[in-house]
Amino acid sequence: MNIFVLMKRTFDTEEKISISGGKINEDGAEFIINPYDEYAIEEAIQVRDAQGGEVTVITVGSEEAEKQLRTALAMGADKAVLINTEDDLEYSDQFTTAKILAEYLKDKDADLIIGGNVAIDGGSGQVGPRVAELLNIPYVTTITNLEINGSTVTVVRDVEGDSEVIETSLPLLVTAQQGLNEPRYPSLPGIMKAKKKPLDELELDDLDLEEDDVEAKTKTIEIYLPAQKQAGKVLEGELADQVKELVSLLHNEAKVV
Amino acid sequence: MSNQTENLIKGGSFLIEDVNYDQVFTPEDFSDEQVMIAKTTEDYVVNEVLPEVPYLEKHEFDRSVKLLKSAGELGLLGADVPEEYGGLALDKVSSALIAEKMAIAGGFGITHGAHVGIGSLPIVLFGNEDQKQKYLPELATGEKIAAYALTEPSSGSDALGAKTVAKLNSAGTHYVLNGEKQWITNAGFADVFVVYAKIDGDKFSAFIVEREFPGVSTGAEEDKMGIKSSSTRTLILQDAQVPVENLLGEIGRGHIIAFNILNIGRYKLGVGALGGAKRALEVTIPYTNQRQQFKTPLSSFNLTKEKIATMASKLYAAESSIYRTVGLFEERMSKLTEEEVNGGKAVAASIAEYAIECSLGKFFNTEVLDYVVDEGVQLHGGYGFMEEYEIARAYRDSRINRIFEGTNEINRLLVLGTYLKKALKGDLPLFQKVMALQEELMMLMPEEPGDEPLAQEKMLVNNGKKIALLAAGLAAQKFGKEVEKEQEIFVNIADIVANVYAMESVVLRTEKAIAKNGLEKSNQKLLYTQIFCQEAFNKIEADAKETLVAAEDGDMLRMMISTLRKLTRHTPTNVIAKKREASVKLIDAEKYVL
Repeated sequence: MNIFVLMKRTFDTEEKISISGGKINEDGAEFIINPYDEYAIEEAIQVRDAQGGEVTVITVGSEEAEKQLRTALAMGADKAVLINTEDDLEYSDQFTTAKILAEYLKDKDADLIIGGNVAIDGGSGQVGPRVAELLNIPYVTTITNLEINGSTVTVVRDVEGDSEVIETSLPLLVTAQQGLNEPRYPSLPGIMKAKKKPLDELELDDLDLEEDDVEAKTKTIEIYLPAQKQAGKVLEGELADQVKELVSLLHNEAKVV
Repeated sequence: MSNQTENLIKGGSFLIEDVNYDQVFTPEDFSDEQVMIAKTTEDYVVNEVLPEVPYLEKHEFDRSVKLLKSAGELGLLGADVPEEYGGLALDKVSSALIAEKMAIAGGFGITHGAHVGIGSLPIVLFGNEDQKQKYLPELATGEKIAAYALTEPSSGSDALGAKTVAKLNSAGTHYVLNGEKQWITNAGFADVFVVYAKIDGDKFSAFIVEREFPGVSTGAEEDKMGIKSSSTRTLILQDAQVPVENLLGEIGRGHIIAFNILNIGRYKLGVGALGGAKRALEVTIPYTNQRQQFKTPLSSFNLTKEKIATMASKLYAAESSIYRTVGLFEERMSKLTEEEVNGGKAVAASIAEYAIECSLGKFFNTEVLDYVVDEGVQLHGGYGFMEEYEIARAYRDSRINRIFEGTNEINRLLVLGTYLKKALKGDLPLFQKVMALQEELMMLMPEEPGDEPLAQEKMLVNNGKKIALLAAGLAAQKFGKEVEKEQEIFVNIADIVANVYAMESVVLRTEKAIAKNGLEKSNQKLLYTQIFCQEAFNKIEADAKETLVAAEDGDMLRMMISTLRKLTRHTPTNVIAKKREASVKLIDAEKYVL
């Protein structure tokens, strides 16, 4: 089984995020593998261990992403590919990333491509489906279970808390939802082995892509932090009075009813 | 030893020679793999161990055994074990990082440390081929758990006064051991004990004793003040039958193993103390942000900022100096040939080389930990006294660190004692340096540091070294052979030396960071350096004065005091302002940051 994982390096949203000059301040920010992509990597490793084959983790980004690729290799992936766009692209969006990934994948005879259902930074959830569309293969998003029998694949998909069972076939692209599995820690032997595993670096040139081919279709106008949450109000007194007060507040202060 | 070792930095030489920043190891030098290893360990401890701690604190030690096994699966027990015996043979820095992160879990960190450190290392470093083959693979995976049994009811610091005896049986097949070993970490579940006993009552030797050997048993679980989540029991040896092949090292040479293992135990404890202190700060700062009094978060009060910045500056000193020591070990141990590694002797010599640094790291860092948990409780106010807050456990857990692996008093006494020994053996030109200094001091003019960053701190380090040499030289000259009775002076000098080592370590680390990343990105490090150096130097001055007054009187004393005054003349840093500045980033990040 030829398995590919689409991985993104993101900042850790559990850490404090600050913005300066319309950009997220990268100084002092912690960078991690997008958590949903961790499920994808874990699932890929499990499928490979059960079915045989090879797991290749791909990312589009800068040299900085090598650390996250090494982490994926330490978890147990076999190979990593960094498509470095640092020198070629100043601005990119989901179209850019998907186009590059699809261009890379088109002649790789992938049986299974797994990505995270969404990245916790941009949060678009578009890259996976777009890649599948470009490769002209079926895709299922937000999956919580994956079973492969020959070329038949049974997928459980999370639909806003309900489950949908879908039968489809390989080659296939799926995106991972929380609950798909429990990602492993990179073990110490894994970390030491990762040093010796292949990590290839490509640029747009290597994929015969011009900058125009992947030019972003969108523009980011502004980035800002959510407004500081105001302290709440706790109403007191008889229940009936509280309800009255609430209605009047919603009407006069919040002006929502 | 090969000529490679000639370029290595000599133990204790920092007092006599200056080094460049590129000669010291700093945490900024961690490799990507080392950072990943630290992260795996931290994630494992936070996600897998911390939820178990409440149960471990209630002595549910079957959980400790399970946790050790899962740690073994991740490779967290095999760092110091050679690959041919199922280990990972990692470098000393990786091994230290594991110890630092394990310490987050308090008593379980002690369980882990006793197993991989003092429990397994005697076999790693001094075991013969058969012993390594037999024991190490299972110790590296956690299938078997190790413990270290040196202390006895009547011999703690005086380890060689052990009463446990070993006698060869008439068939010559077994040593028969009799005695009691007290306060043995992991005794509740350990399978393998490294036990010290005197063969025929006089030849101090080490043995590998299995729990299942006839005559081996353990006492009741101790009810301790802290590190309750580690098992501590008496190991009872009643005609215990130990096969002759389980003698570890040579007959009568057990002290070589004991003292070298202690040295490693000491610097590892310094690393663990660092990990515990970081954690304490990580639970304390968020509390000061959440807790409000007078409608103001505690962290907005200047006194809170002062406390947080002081804790962090001490942490920076503890971190910089202990990893410098780890770097020294790594540098020296990695240069040993395979033959030397297997011989044991070169290993012992390498470890013994840095005995001073090990002692300094032990007492300095465990006292930083004690300071940090104490202030951590203080910042929690009454809630810090309640067990539902982690800081209460951290406070209790901290206390033992100043006692075990050689009390901090013993470790302080060792500093000057080891220096004098090294000087007498000609290993370090201490006396020559003192004499040259005495001449220099006659003509000494106070220095004026430049304006560039760290200029003042470098001067303080420089003068701190001179003060240390002055005090050590004076003590040796004045008291001669009786000097060892002057324990108060020994302690003062040890404190001066520890502060000098820490000051130099922070200065070199910050200098290195500025050279690499520029001043702006190194500002937090610079602030910690300025704060720590000023406060440490104040302490050096006080310790030196007390020492001079105790050793001299009359005109001689007045002359000495005037020399000291010249050496301590400087315009002090405004630490209050520096601390307010340093606290901003800490309070924002809610943890120790650089």
